[in-house]
Amino acid sequence: MFEGLSSRFEGILKRVRGKGRLSEQDVEEFLAELRVALLEADVHLSVVRSFRDRVRERAVGVEVSGALNPGQQVVKIVLDELTGVLGGETHRLTFAARPPTVILLAGLQGSGKTTTAAKLARLLKAQGRNPLLVGADLQRPAAVEQLRTLGGRIDVPVFSEATDPVEVARAGLAEARRLGRDVVVCDTAGRLAIDDDLMAEVAEVSAVLEPDHTFLVVDAMTGQDAVNVAEAFHARLELDAVVLTKLDGDARGGAALSVREVVGRPIAYASTGEGLEDFDVFHPDRLASRILGMGDVETLIEKAEETFEQEKAEAAAARLMEGTFTLDDFLEQLKALRKMGPISNIMGMVPGMAQQMKDVDTEVDERRIDRIEGIINSMTPAERADPDVIDGSRRSRIAAGSGTQPGEINQLVRQFREMRKMMKQMGRGPGRKAAKARGGKKGRKGRGGRTTDGGPVLVDKKKGLSLPGLGDLPAGLGGPGGGLSAD
Amino acid sequence: MGLRSRLGRARDAWADRMAVVRAAEVVDDASWEDLSDALLLADVGVATADELVAEVRRRVGRDGLPDGERAGDGVLEVLKEVLVERLGGVDRSLALGGSPSVWLFVGVNGVGKTTTIGKLARREADAGRSLVLGAGDTFRAAAADQLAMWADRADVPIVRGAEGADPSSVVFDAVEHAAARGADLVLADTAGRVHTRSNLMDELAKVRRVAEKGAGTVTETLLVVDATTGQNGLVQARQFAEAAEVTGIVLTKLDGSARGGIVVAVQDDLGIPVKLVGVGEGVDDLVEFDPADFVDALFAADVAA
Repeated sequence: MFEGLSSRFEGILKRVRGKGRLSEQDVEEFLAELRVALLEADVHLSVVRSFRDRVRERAVGVEVSGALNPGQQVVKIVLDELTGVLGGETHRLTFAARPPTVILLAGLQGSGKTTTAAKLARLLKAQGRNPLLVGADLQRPAAVEQLRTLGGRIDVPVFSEATDPVEVARAGLAEARRLGRDVVVCDTAGRLAIDDDLMAEVAEVSAVLEPDHTFLVVDAMTGQDAVNVAEAFHARLELDAVVLTKLDGDARGGAALSVREVVGRPIAYASTGEGLEDFDVFHPDRLASRILGMGDVETLIEKAEETFEQEKAEAAAARLMEGTFTLDDFLEQLKALRKMGPISNIMGMVPGMAQQMKDVDTEVDERRIDRIEGIINSMTPAERADPDVIDGSRRSRIAAGSGTQPGEINQLVRQFREMRKMMKQMGRGPGRKAAKARGGKKGRKGRGGRTTDGGPVLVDKKKGLSLPGLGDLPAGLGGPGGGLSAD
Repeated sequence: MGLRSRLGRARDAWADRMAVVRAAEVVDDASWEDLSDALLLADVGVATADELVAEVRRRVGRDGLPDGERAGDGVLEVLKEVLVERLGGVDRSLALGGSPSVWLFVGVNGVGKTTTIGKLARREADAGRSLVLGAGDTFRAAAADQLAMWADRADVPIVRGAEGADPSSVVFDAVEHAAARGADLVLADTAGRVHTRSNLMDELAKVRRVAEKGAGTVTETLLVVDATTGQNGLVQARQFAEAAEVTGIVLTKLDGSARGGIVVAVQDDLGIPVKLVGVGEGVDDLVEFDPADFVDALFAADVAA
């Protein structure tokens, strides 16, 4: 339970990795898992339904495009939709032109209203405001006492009196004006049940206060009932936003998602700890991944998007197979490779390579790649397409242009030729079959960057050539002993 | 009088779904899905809902539907039967036997621990037991004040420490105080805590140990769970059980529209029985848990009173 979707997504990814397209059945399986994950995160059933429908609509028939395979694309669709449901942008508190700005907090008992009132006041104070806390919860024994204690801790005045909530609200407002406080945060009583008495009381307080903002305080651990509560409050008070409390445990906060979707009000703040400072403006996108427990998956997508465009690389790899690979392609691969980080890191991802890398001065390696780039950049397009045309005078020109020695150019061209020849052989050689089988079944491309197994080179006619952990790149670049060795 | 009928409640998605379940004239795949949905809306959780529906299907397949009822109602009857069986057959009495006995109340913030202790104090005092309250929630501002008000109402002594004091020492003092007066029972409050904070959970384990350092014996550790709690309730229960050897659940706030279905999963999964249910704000609204009553309440279809 609660292991989140990450592991499930991984399973899905495994199933669809080799596919160019997601079938309806693939998507249905995925959606079934999604449903369970959302329900376990306490997202309301009705929201789960509509959410599932939207994802289904976008996901069926998704094809390979760009850097993402179908599985990854579906994950991305889910994240997109989830962030959308949570209210894409961050809520901003506006202040009344004529102070005080009045904020009313409502919610069930135990949702954390009183603590929220103090936390909000603290945050406002830190932003340079002068809040006044008003304690209109005269129901719960010691609620006002609690507010006074908290107010004392954050050095914010607290107003309350033993009359009735409406009177407290009225007097509290007058007190704020008298003291010149520019924000009023009013705590109200929560009851055990949503009943008419409670609603009438809160509505009366609201009528007196005429709040600029009415926030519903919702416990992140709330289950399916959150929607009923929110609807009931919204019907009477016209909520502006929701404050989500107790998001510091492992509660997924699915309730918040439901409230946002059903009542259409954003989450303004979230409380993430017991300390009064553990409270901040809410960022929707962060909850999205929390709900799905898929920080990993998100990273995975980012990584896939960051790295080079797969198709381009694959096309180059295909040309490599056919022996029409050019120095331009080579340069492209080099650049893509470097985008992924320092060579030593990338090499470290390749099994068996980390050990070898220990003996190699990687800084030298980096500098050598710089030089190779310089050499290729100094070539004309014709030279890059066919290095065989490079004669003595061209060599001198390139060397001068790139600040290298003619001998280095010779070396590069020779290595490039060898590599091309070798790849051409591999492309049709006996090794291909075995490699293809591995590429189709076990290629870990879907995991972007985190590849850990597989042989040194995987070949697939359609997908081209890929070196696990390195994306696609010519074998000659493989590292020590290859075309780029530092010696 | 059923649990539900004590208070009126809003019509909700759950009631709508139940109405659909009941109205079914024939049992087909859609009925099972409706039934599953209803259970999910009651916070029973996916795994438990699936199991329950599978069991009901099995029984209906084997024995057919109860005679003389509409298909939907019949399915519901079978489900109730399955649920009562699952929840039944456990001892729900609150154990005594120490001198004094200590009942420790644990749970996350805001579930109603202090209120539960207050109500129980009144009940036990009325039953003629001599008791002492221990205000072990030294973290929440004014928690001790709140408990003191309850102590006052029930006319029982309370031992409290300074705000921020070590909760174990407060509980220890309460036990000592009770032992000195020859009291039967100590009801000890603890700070609500987030169950994923291991240091706080360690503190709870310490409270439990220290409570038994003197004359006292912890005979009950009651985890207080709010009826609105969703699937996280199961995780909570597991964590608290690990830290403090939970012996029972107190389900509070069952008077809202929340169903408290998570306790089905908790008992199913962890074998921790629900012992008490809070069904209202009144001091008498803390009652023994009765599976049949609970299941009836779980399925009470519509607005009462």
